[in-house]
Amino acid sequence: MTHDLDGSHSKNLFRTPLHALHETLGAKFAPFAGFSMPIEYGNGLKREHLHVRAAAGLFDVSHMGQLIIRGPNVVEEIERLVPSDITALKPFRQRYSVLTNEHGGIIDDVMITCLPEQIFIVVNAANVAQDLMHITERLPPNNSIELLEDRALLAIQGPSASTCLAKWEPDIAKLEFMQAGYFQIGGIECLVHRCGYTGCDGFELSLKDDEAPSLASMLLEDDAVEPIGLGARDTLRLEAGLCLAGVDFDADTTPVEAALEWVIARKYRVQPQTTPGFLGAARILEQLNNGAKRRRIGLISAGRAPVRAGTVLLHNGREVGQVTSGSFGPSFGGPIAMGYGESDLASIGIPMTVEIRGRTHELQIAKLPFVPTTYYRP
Amino acid sequence: MSAIKFTVDHEWLLIEGSSATVGISDYAQEQLGDVVYVELPEIGQRFSRGDNVGVVESVKAVGEIYMPISGAIEVINDRLVDEPELVNSEPTTGGWLFKITLDDQSDVSGLMDEPAYLEFIATL
Repeated sequence: MTHDLDGSHSKNLFRTPLHALHETLGAKFAPFAGFSMPIEYGNGLKREHLHVRAAAGLFDVSHMGQLIIRGPNVVEEIERLVPSDITALKPFRQRYSVLTNEHGGIIDDVMITCLPEQIFIVVNAANVAQDLMHITERLPPNNSIELLEDRALLAIQGPSASTCLAKWEPDIAKLEFMQAGYFQIGGIECLVHRCGYTGCDGFELSLKDDEAPSLASMLLEDDAVEPIGLGARDTLRLEAGLCLAGVDFDADTTPVEAALEWVIARKYRVQPQTTPGFLGAARILEQLNNGAKRRRIGLISAGRAPVRAGTVLLHNGREVGQVTSGSFGPSFGGPIAMGYGESDLASIGIPMTVEIRGRTHELQIAKLPFVPTTYYRP
Repeated sequence: MSAIKFTVDHEWLLIEGSSATVGISDYAQEQLGDVVYVELPEIGQRFSRGDNVGVVESVKAVGEIYMPISGAIEVINDRLVDEPELVNSEPTTGGWLFKITLDDQSDVSGLMDEPAYLEFIATL
């Protein structure tokens, strides 16, 4: 990806290869993780959000880091950095996981794909430098890691995404959730993953940055597809109960506390004889067996006031936690939030109260996701 | 006699004798985006100019409402409880926020008329 400095909107911000197209489409920009990113395109965030759930939306997620790791035993090497089973991952299959530190804290959440003779990892934009250093320091000298700076990443999400891509290449529709393949879309070579971060069926397309504007324009010609900004991406992921790195967890949060136990490999969960070798295993497995003090929870409200990040959660007047992400869920039709509470009080239906501008509002713990996911799992 | 005035906080006031209807400007609703919640003061409460009297929240942002002129809250727009989106669709009509009884009718200094306000937002 070309990191042009953005002088027109804010100082020292990177631009993605689609910046000019976003301008043509009337995007409102805002800085995000050092990039000038489209937040919405003029029809409003709510409408964009609902369009993704009803048809399909095209997102520019080129700000995210795309890494390729190669070398002898690369699968085993990467498996030491995450709690997930990577050696069991078949070629062209993808897994959501977390990079952990020695204390079991989550330094980033990532998507890992096994490709022939290499591992492909997508990391959060704000964590690219940190993750690169973290992985590089822990790889043996005969492994190599490369940040793909000349690649763009587009996401097409929503129930019509599959039909839209199938018009160009019918076999894309045969991919299953978390499966990948190389495809030509209108003559443009793409690494296609059936995944996303909206809770909908959808795809992510990795391609050469100079071909990204043509591909995006081609996909937008489909009546079902509209450009969608980061604003709606945030409400979509919140409705899907998905974490935002650095917001819904940080390096002091373990996967158990973050309610991400499901990323931990089954082979580590069945009382292993010796502590597995992945980073932070001792603390994570101790918590898995004995529980953690706090836990990520979902919250809904009977009222209409959005409950924002940082709001203190009270139970019977006692402070028991804090909201980390809170907004209005356009498909859910009301305020939704995620946060951390005491594990003993983390059951669905438990009431909480919050004080917002001097008024008391009643919440209750709700199941995640807030809106059912529609991943393609035939 | 009625006159529409604007504040630097992007509120409009329709002043009619000793009372004024208050809302947020079209520019303000556009900047805020889809409004999902409006919190209004209680009827009878008295505020001084500049006091924080409520919020207009969009999906992404919280917009504070400031008292544009000293006075008491006379009526609030109850429709906004269930239809906060009126602030977007009809910012200067159905999306009004509240009516106030002015403490002092001559206290309109510092407010802008419409041409001055349009000139002001053009500089932002």
